[in-house]
Amino acid sequence: MGNSTHTALDATALRAEFPLLATPRPDGGAVHYLDSAATSQKPQRVLDAMDAYYRETNANVHRGVYEMAAEATERFEAGRDAVARLVNHPREATVFTKNATEAINLVAWAWGVRELREGDEIVVSMMEHHSNTVPWQIVAGITGATVRFCPVTPGGEIDMDALRGMVGGRTRMVAVVHVSNTLGTINPVEEIVAMAHEAGALTMVDATQSVPHMPVDATAIGSDFLAFTGHKMCGPTGIGVLAAAPGRLEAMEPFLGGGEMISDVTTEGSTWNDIPWKFEAGTPPIAEAVGLGEAVRFMEEIGPERIRAHEKVVAQSMLDALDEVPGLTIYGPRDVERRGASFSFSLDGVHPHDIGQFLDSKGVCVRAGHHCTKPLLRSMGVQSTARASAYLYTTDDDVIALRDALVECREWFGAA
Amino acid sequence: MVRGGLMGGLDDLYQQLILDHYRNRRGRGRIDGASASVHEHNPVCGDECYLDILVVDGRIADIRADGDGCSISQAAASMLTEVAKDKELGEALDLVEHFRLVMHGDAEPDEDILGDAVALEGVAKYPVRVKCALLSWLALRDCIADYRETTAMGG
Ligand SMILES: Cc1ncc(COP(=O)(O)O)c(C=O)c1O
Repeated sequence: MGNSTHTALDATALRAEFPLLATPRPDGGAVHYLDSAATSQKPQRVLDAMDAYYRETNANVHRGVYEMAAEATERFEAGRDAVARLVNHPREATVFTKNATEAINLVAWAWGVRELREGDEIVVSMMEHHSNTVPWQIVAGITGATVRFCPVTPGGEIDMDALRGMVGGRTRMVAVVHVSNTLGTINPVEEIVAMAHEAGALTMVDATQSVPHMPVDATAIGSDFLAFTGHKMCGPTGIGVLAAAPGRLEAMEPFLGGGEMISDVTTEGSTWNDIPWKFEAGTPPIAEAVGLGEAVRFMEEIGPERIRAHEKVVAQSMLDALDEVPGLTIYGPRDVERRGASFSFSLDGVHPHDIGQFLDSKGVCVRAGHHCTKPLLRSMGVQSTARASAYLYTTDDDVIALRDALVECREWFGAA
Repeated sequence: MVRGGLMGGLDDLYQQLILDHYRNRRGRGRIDGASASVHEHNPVCGDECYLDILVVDGRIADIRADGDGCSISQAAASMLTEVAKDKELGEALDLVEHFRLVMHGDAEPDEDILGDAVALEGVAKYPVRVKCALLSWLALRDCIADYRETTAMGG
């Protein structure tokens, strides 16, 4: 595992394992992919693992008695083992979903719709991704519960005093993002979980932007639910994870019904399969679980702590580089101990769309928009930002290309 | 689409005329006592557009657009206010429809109809940006519809 050495990871060498990054653009330039917060690139071995599954053992999982079906089941369940190991969580409480969004919706529907009552409160932070906001609003609309938003400080952190004032006797759920996809902020989720539990509330931690980038110990965090998504951690799209407290899953009724999730079905009614399968209705994303398992092994071989160490270095270079661009404002914390390597920024006189378009012409891929965090942007008084986000394959070269393109961009649009 | 995006195409998209309208917005602001007003926003980026028209004798006597947005949306709004002014309402709708077809690649741009907005032709190749260009133009369509509805109701 990641204890191989304490030497820094070699991002340039790692790039060679990612076909998309290793292939030059038609003009011969490198691809400066700075949109990993949206989705990561995939190493060849993940593509190979998925391909091998289809070529060698494609069969539906569980129930099949023939050899190949058993092999498919084994590879699928090995994906679960890998994911559970990565976040130090019991495998039986590690549920595969379509993505992080579905993992959160699963809880909102299977738990929220049944358990919430008028007068109950769900507390979320202002920096949540829409996927950790909208499901709660929907459920609140059905049950009469209320969603309350905890403000974010001007420095881009959850206002912990405000949160302490909000979490109380009426609170049934506290849903917070571990690392903000827009600001990069690392939130003190252990502290928030403890605060919520003290008030008798459950907790949902959106670990979508932490699991790919740093060691995450779901057991140590201790939340009732923790969600993340495969495609941002070198894995494929179409698979996400809900890591739940085993007792919670046992107690919850299913979310979706169908094949796989039942124990028995009669004309009178049905009984449920054991966890985690009780929450995995229908044919699961088999090849995706195989690919995600391989992505986890890839991450483990590098070591999550080395990925984090690399990204701290990149985050510091990014801060220094962005500071050199005239008229540029960075949103979110400036201390690399308190942030990941996602940077939202604005450039005086140039709209984020135009930044994104101009940078594309220089081979630099950044995102422009609200990053699915509209309440946050509204609270900051901006409509959209540009965002550059790094990963284990991001090099100084990428950071320099970003800086130079931004300087040129400002001149080009006549804002300088 | 070929990886590497625009390559030499940056100048195609951002023609000089577009940058000029972006830096020197025409027809910007609001109209006191407007005959009709709409407020539209682009869900992709959150950009907003306020469009006001003043109708006198079935013609657009004044038109103003306000709001913030990218260079494409701001230039498109600026060009719209120039070309739509003094048009009859029916003519203005035809103008919007022609521009919409051009943006969707379903018509060749006619400079006599579009005026400066012909410079936006290159936007059609960038599907994400088409919405930016269309925002204010479709706002005019909605504005005219609103106006006709309220006047038909005797308002
Ligand atoms: C913080 C955060 N939460 C949730 C999501 C949703 O992930 P997915 O779209 O894979 O469900 C994202 C990704 O956009 C994210 O950045």
